[in-house]
Amino acid sequence: MSLKGKAYIVGAYEHPTRNAPDKSVPQLHAESARGALADAGLSFADVDGYFCAGDAPGFGGLSMAEYFGIRPKHIDSTETGGSAPLVHVSHAAQAIAAGKCRVALVTLAGRPRQPPLSRVAVSMESPDFQFEGPYALGGQPNQYALAASRHMYEFGTTSEQMAWIKVAASHHAQWNEHAYLRDVVTVEEVLASPMVADPLRRMDCCVVTDGGGAVVVAHPDVARSLKRPKVKIIGAAEAVKTVDAGKIDLTYSGAAWSGPRAFAEAGVTQADIKYVSIYDSFTITVLMTLEDLGFCAKGEGGRFVMDGNLISGVGRLPFNTDGGGLCNNHPSNRGGITKIIEAVRQLRGEAHPKVQVANCDIALAHGTGGSLGARMGSATLILERE
Amino acid sequence: MSETKAVGDWPRPVSPPIVSPESKPFWEACKTGKLLYKHCGACGEPHYYPRTHCPFCYAAETEWREASGRGVIYAFTVVRRAPTGPYAIAYVELEEGPRMVTNIVRCDFDALRIGQAVRLVFQPCAGDTDAVAPMFEPA
Repeated sequence: MSLKGKAYIVGAYEHPTRNAPDKSVPQLHAESARGALADAGLSFADVDGYFCAGDAPGFGGLSMAEYFGIRPKHIDSTETGGSAPLVHVSHAAQAIAAGKCRVALVTLAGRPRQPPLSRVAVSMESPDFQFEGPYALGGQPNQYALAASRHMYEFGTTSEQMAWIKVAASHHAQWNEHAYLRDVVTVEEVLASPMVADPLRRMDCCVVTDGGGAVVVAHPDVARSLKRPKVKIIGAAEAVKTVDAGKIDLTYSGAAWSGPRAFAEAGVTQADIKYVSIYDSFTITVLMTLEDLGFCAKGEGGRFVMDGNLISGVGRLPFNTDGGGLCNNHPSNRGGITKIIEAVRQLRGEAHPKVQVANCDIALAHGTGGSLGARMGSATLILERE
Repeated sequence: MSETKAVGDWPRPVSPPIVSPESKPFWEACKTGKLLYKHCGACGEPHYYPRTHCPFCYAAETEWREASGRGVIYAFTVVRRAPTGPYAIAYVELEEGPRMVTNIVRCDFDALRIGQAVRLVFQPCAGDTDAVAPMFEPA
């Protein structure tokens, strides 16, 4: 069954905070939810489907449903890291198409800038952890650096090329009053920032921010009853890529699988896409994803992103016009929800005028969770203004 | 904090492995200087990390094999900002085929390169344990 036209994104809201010492994580989820529902012209009382991932504290979605005071008929806490909200939108559309719910709420929130109230260890039973724990894989920069090192080796990708991605994000962030980093940076400044994990420098890495966001997915009848511009889901696909029991190939991501499925469902091609939200935990994440989604040939990502090609009004493929995870926001160390939100803004014509893409009728949002090219979840959404 | 052992020129305390009934033979073999991987008698494919069933042909049982300890670096990074000083994480492609996550030790971090030949060494783990972890150094 195709999802095309079976559901709409009717509400979207990005929490304005980037530093939340005085708020709890459930509170941030609720404030994000309230904002998205208000944006749609709906309320908590209308919600009959709820979607969240591991950033929601407690027992899957049960604890949050209780906190919100809602009684969902459909619940889904699929955990694919930063890509989870895109998976949730797809699953919400499936549930709506199947008649299981009509108004689905997706929330994401967290406060990684604050000392944790508690720390839940990685499950000791996780089969991979038993063989990776001694090697201090540590934070995500290290794991993405491994993929970057191999991409450079195989294709001649350079640090300067990766830096162009941060430069483009910074050009967009300057117009976003809520962006965590608003200064426009140059390639030289990116290359002069300290090395974190070779070959990734500090400015190749996304920001760490508190906050959250939410979107509301609804049945077409509900969408038609509301007063907001209609954003139709026309393609949605997900993929799981693993280290493949020792046959790992770090040069491509799960986007190579989710992308073609989403394009096929939507019945559009790369040339039809006016704007892209590309998960940007790191610069290399964007470079590899653009290749895997077919916006350029494999290995050509470095050349594709150069010279401002991703800057709105300058290049061929405007991306992350909110400033992305690299400059604006990466709440709870997960950028998925903000990718959807900025795509919705673009399709509604509600992005900042300095970055709004003209005649933006079809947009793509892509999420990446886990470790690039290794153990990861990829999700692609293609959305159309109606 | 558990007490940490000084480990030669390798300042980062190595976390001892979490050992399950399934992985125990692997970690016990490490203590005797052997790096094991899994081989599938049904399809002939080697795999790593080791598991009971074959992830390629789904045979229910697989057998342990000992690796030669020779390999090449498939991908690596030098973590520059760790509190205990820089260290290198890598995928090493074993001579037998599988690529495994590991650390590269006793090396000039700035001279590491993809394709470089490396050989197996074992590093003691930190704390009250006799566990050792398989790592690699330039060959």
